[in-house]
Amino acid sequence: MSFYGLVDGSDASLKSYLGNLSGVDQVGAEARAAMLATRSIKTTSKRWAIDTAITMVDLTTLEGADTPGKVKALCTKAVRPDPTDSTVPSVGAVCVYNDMVAVARTHLDLIGGQHVPVAAVSTAFPSGRASMPVKIQDTQDAIDAGAAEIDMVIDRGAFLAGRYIDVFNEIVQIREVCGDKAHLKVIFETGELVTYDNVRKASFLAMAAGADFIKTSTGKVAPAATPPVVLVMLEAVRDFYEMTQVRIGVKPAGGIRNTKDAIKQLVLVNETVGPDWLNPKLFRIGASALLNDLLMQRMKMDDGYYTSPQYVTMD
Amino acid sequence: MSNRIDVKKTYKLYINGAFPRSESGRTYEVKNAKGVFVANPCLASRKDLRDAVVAARAAHAGWNKVTAYNRGQILYRIAEMLEGRRGQFVEEIVNVTGVSKVKADKEVTDSIDRLVWYAGWTDKIASLAGSTNPVAGPFYNFTIPESMGVVAAIAPETPSLLGLIDVIAPIITSGNTVVVLASTKAPLSAMTFAEVLATSDLPAGVINILTGKKDEIAPWMASHMDIDALDISGLPAKKHAEIKVAGAENLKRIHSFKSADPGRIIAFMEAKTVWHPIGL
Repeated sequence: MSFYGLVDGSDASLKSYLGNLSGVDQVGAEARAAMLATRSIKTTSKRWAIDTAITMVDLTTLEGADTPGKVKALCTKAVRPDPTDSTVPSVGAVCVYNDMVAVARTHLDLIGGQHVPVAAVSTAFPSGRASMPVKIQDTQDAIDAGAAEIDMVIDRGAFLAGRYIDVFNEIVQIREVCGDKAHLKVIFETGELVTYDNVRKASFLAMAAGADFIKTSTGKVAPAATPPVVLVMLEAVRDFYEMTQVRIGVKPAGGIRNTKDAIKQLVLVNETVGPDWLNPKLFRIGASALLNDLLMQRMKMDDGYYTSPQYVTMD
Repeated sequence: MSNRIDVKKTYKLYINGAFPRSESGRTYEVKNAKGVFVANPCLASRKDLRDAVVAARAAHAGWNKVTAYNRGQILYRIAEMLEGRRGQFVEEIVNVTGVSKVKADKEVTDSIDRLVWYAGWTDKIASLAGSTNPVAGPFYNFTIPESMGVVAAIAPETPSLLGLIDVIAPIITSGNTVVVLASTKAPLSAMTFAEVLATSDLPAGVINILTGKKDEIAPWMASHMDIDALDISGLPAKKHAEIKVAGAENLKRIHSFKSADPGRIIAFMEAKTVWHPIGL
């Protein structure tokens, strides 16, 4: 593997690659994210943003209590989010635990949802605390069951201990397992990385190691996809594109519950990496409750009056 | 002679147990009977209504589950808190509406008494509105009245305090939550009453108070699909038909009243019928 010519796979080259990164201005990042959050998106722009956001949703259920029935209901909703309105687009993907991948894939194919991919959370999600052979087998299982996207977690313990090469090698190995069968999203769990400098470092590390997407969080830890963290990751993606001409995707996940939050994310994307990234191939939003709010906002725009959660499905 | 500058109160909205300004940033002028400026309360927008309905919906499950006995205690507590601040209310009513101190004092007294009266109704209304029904089979058959959910209300222009309490007390007595638009010309006692509510063990979101214009807010209340019923006592009779048409989409129950009456409580309840086999 060439790693875009940025590192040669040795500890020394990785250290010098990450060591040369500029630091993140914490106050500046937070101020810019807050400033962009005040943008007002209304009428036709809002309508476009809502539909675009729906196509970007990775409709997620990651509960210990997930049943095949719940996953099937989620798949049905993913294909046609509003049963009363066929103009609502399908979501970006369905995101489930490994053992539910086959259930989801079979059901999606059955109901005409061949265009909706299944994403599986992998490598001992959400903690990432398992041996490498287990993580590889975990990923292989998901791909064999029909997952087209793998959401892996990094070993935050190794990262925080400064063993960057271990994290790097894990991503490289999972990348190899994915091959050309599955897209790889790398989850940092930014709430555990503590600083924006670490987030930037993790972003460059994952991108060089072969990630197709970098993802903020598992959804199990707060804070998750805060606007400043997403801004820092988008800036890393922008800088990486300038270095390599390769477009890496970004997936904020966790804490994006309503339309306003989702539109703020789209503004961040447009203003940081540009409209090329306003596309489900390069930007996804990991969420479960968000879809209902997007649908309710859409109904409000169509009908001219406020709707009730009673008119959208619960799961 | 003190040179101290007066500390004037900012009259804000009461949503979900907090006192936010209107999201629109708008205010309007309230003048007293002589035309002298009194205060700048918030001019609520449809989005403030939207936020208040979200808060009221979230609060309904909890408030509905509180025992009738405990709801009565909390209503009584509101009366106690109002009694303790009687002077402030009298002063505000006199200042804004120009009525005599005696008349204002009577309005506050009536308001307190009205709250105590509704406090007594919480655990009695089910006996009045419910029944056991004779059926042709070995079953007990009960009709049990329950709260509806979120009720919106428009308070009358006058009396500004007693009118507000007459509207909201019967709605919350049975376990509903309420979003109320206060008197436009005299909204100050409504917002001071919100301070009473905030210190009365009333869970956040059960009562939400907006100040603003009826013509702007009422149609949004009528069409809002997450509002189950509407009290339009404070709306002029000629506007009633229009609001009833707008509220038909989700079969909203729309009522208006002229006096305090247990029927006001029952109007915002719906009956559930339960069949139970008679054991031998």
